[in-house]
Amino acid sequence: MTPLLRLALKSLASRRITVSFSIFAIAVSVMLLLGVERIRTEARASFSNTISGTDLVVGARSGSVPLLLYSVFRIGNATNNISWNSYRTVAADPRIAWTIPLSLGDSHRGFRVLGTNADYFEHFRYARSRGLKMAAGKPFDDVFDTVLGAEVAVTLGYVVGDRVVIDHGVGRIGFASHKDKPFSVSGILARTGTPVDRTVHVSLAGIEAIHIDWRGGAPNAGARIDAERVRQMNLQPRAITAFLVGLKSRFATFTVQRKVNEFRPEPLLAILPGVALHELWSLMGTAENALAFISYFVVAAGIIGMVTMLMSSLNERRREMAILRSVGARPVRIFTLFILEAIFVSGLGVIAGLALFYIGLVAAQPVLEAQYGLYVAVGWPTETEGIYLIAVVLAGGLAGIIPAVGALRRSLADGMVLRN
Amino acid sequence: MVQPVDLTDVKFQWRADQPVVLDIPAFSVGAGERVFVSGPSGSGKTTLLNLLGGVALPQTGSVSVGNLRLDKLSSSARDAFRADHIGFIFQSFNLVPYLSLIENALLPCRFSEIRASRAMERSGSVEKDARRLLARMGLDVDSLSGRPVTELSIGQQQRVAAARALVGNPGLVIADEPTSSLDEDARKMFLDLLFGEIDADDQTLIFVSHDRRLEPLFDRHIALSEVNRASGDMFAS
Repeated sequence: MTPLLRLALKSLASRRITVSFSIFAIAVSVMLLLGVERIRTEARASFSNTISGTDLVVGARSGSVPLLLYSVFRIGNATNNISWNSYRTVAADPRIAWTIPLSLGDSHRGFRVLGTNADYFEHFRYARSRGLKMAAGKPFDDVFDTVLGAEVAVTLGYVVGDRVVIDHGVGRIGFASHKDKPFSVSGILARTGTPVDRTVHVSLAGIEAIHIDWRGGAPNAGARIDAERVRQMNLQPRAITAFLVGLKSRFATFTVQRKVNEFRPEPLLAILPGVALHELWSLMGTAENALAFISYFVVAAGIIGMVTMLMSSLNERRREMAILRSVGARPVRIFTLFILEAIFVSGLGVIAGLALFYIGLVAAQPVLEAQYGLYVAVGWPTETEGIYLIAVVLAGGLAGIIPAVGALRRSLADGMVLRN
Repeated sequence: MVQPVDLTDVKFQWRADQPVVLDIPAFSVGAGERVFVSGPSGSGKTTLLNLLGGVALPQTGSVSVGNLRLDKLSSSARDAFRADHIGFIFQSFNLVPYLSLIENALLPCRFSEIRASRAMERSGSVEKDARRLLARMGLDVDSLSGRPVTELSIGQQQRVAAARALVGNPGLVIADEPTSSLDEDARKMFLDLLFGEIDADDQTLIFVSHDRRLEPLFDRHIALSEVNRASGDMFAS
């Protein structure tokens, strides 16, 4: 260890109380910096992992972001439906490999109900290429079967075989319910970290069945049809909300998109989910950037605190500098001593901040997952985070130039013998 | 190894628009001499010490220590020279507060390889040599070394400073009012111990003080107000 390094360490150790507050301030700022960065990255990743493998999303003509929001994120409502005939006509295109029909509009105790068919379990992909897996039970088979997303099952405490009553509409508590036709839980999906976890899945026939005796959004009191009789009826839906399209070749994407958008019988909109996801994320980018900026400024405040600490020690250390000069320390060494101290304080701040960050991460992980469906992995720091950490130490060292120059100037003016 | 000191035609002013603080036609101390330099405040003592240490440079004239012209050296060479060849004892607050007793005493060895190797030659390690000198200065190293140096008495602190000035045998020891914060008994003890070591190691000693009672203890007396033509003119001009 060089004499200077030893001096810097001992000098800091002798002022351990003020120094530890400086370190703590930097640690808290580093924790915030890393926390914001990690959540930002994970949120973006989880966001773009919501849907994959789907080449087009088709719905009634509106905007690409609203269509993406209701079809993929189950947020908001469609203004219009697509007729079953249009769906069948488009789906018959030879370039299309598969489609997944989506029918939305009902809910169950705050969770959206999605009417779809068996293709959903076969073709839906998220997080690049992961398919849906059953954690318990099996996909729906009967008209009144339902498959629950992982979070629905956990939150409401359902197991396979339980009975579920669907509410009409999407209010938190439905004002009208389909209690005459309860569903039975046939399966529960494994967790995906996507909106699928918060969805109650039923067959398209099931959606049709619960609305068959409704007229204009209310039960038709005079013409009740019970569940058993419904099974015998034609449960072919008349309309769906949207559908997902998988193509045989991705090269056909734009051709098929144009064909859907120019579909004569009904105004339809086909979007590329990747493009729409990007658009949607850029809407949130401002808030995300603001958060990042705040964390940069908090780091700056932490470093300013350290500079203040070092500056305020200058006066009481004039004697010390004179002694060091008298034993032959060159002025540049006095300068370096302060820079080293600044680097140590910010380095220890970074290490302590990293520790706080991981403690916070372990503590917050279950909450983030339960409340926001955001899974944040407790892994090694990423490259970006590493760069941030190094940047904080460098910024600390650079800021150390301010007290170091102060010490240098005083030391040059004082010489070895202080003029009292 | 023992260093003579010579100043010739030295003039010094802090800034060009300020009065000349030091104007010394001749000032010399022979190798191994123990010289008492007296001077009231304002006589340019502080400046003289900064010149001898190579921290300040005269505008004209020559400053030689050990036949080396300090005024011809670069500032880093002067720093290196000071580290190797001069030991300083100040009036008070001589110790680095965050270093231990022994670390304070061996501090010059951290900045000078020559002094470190001499200390090593003498006692086997710099640490052992620091302990030896502290013991020679009448300090009970074992019982004191666990405590922060700031808790030592002033007399003890000055003796640690003397050990620091002597470690690695620099050849020239410059003491600036080292006894003025000490009481009668501590002063006598300090001087006895300092002289003992200076004689044993054959070092040159320049002892600056306003306390004329100490004068008879030295080989020679230089009154700064007599050699410095600028002294007293400070306020006149």
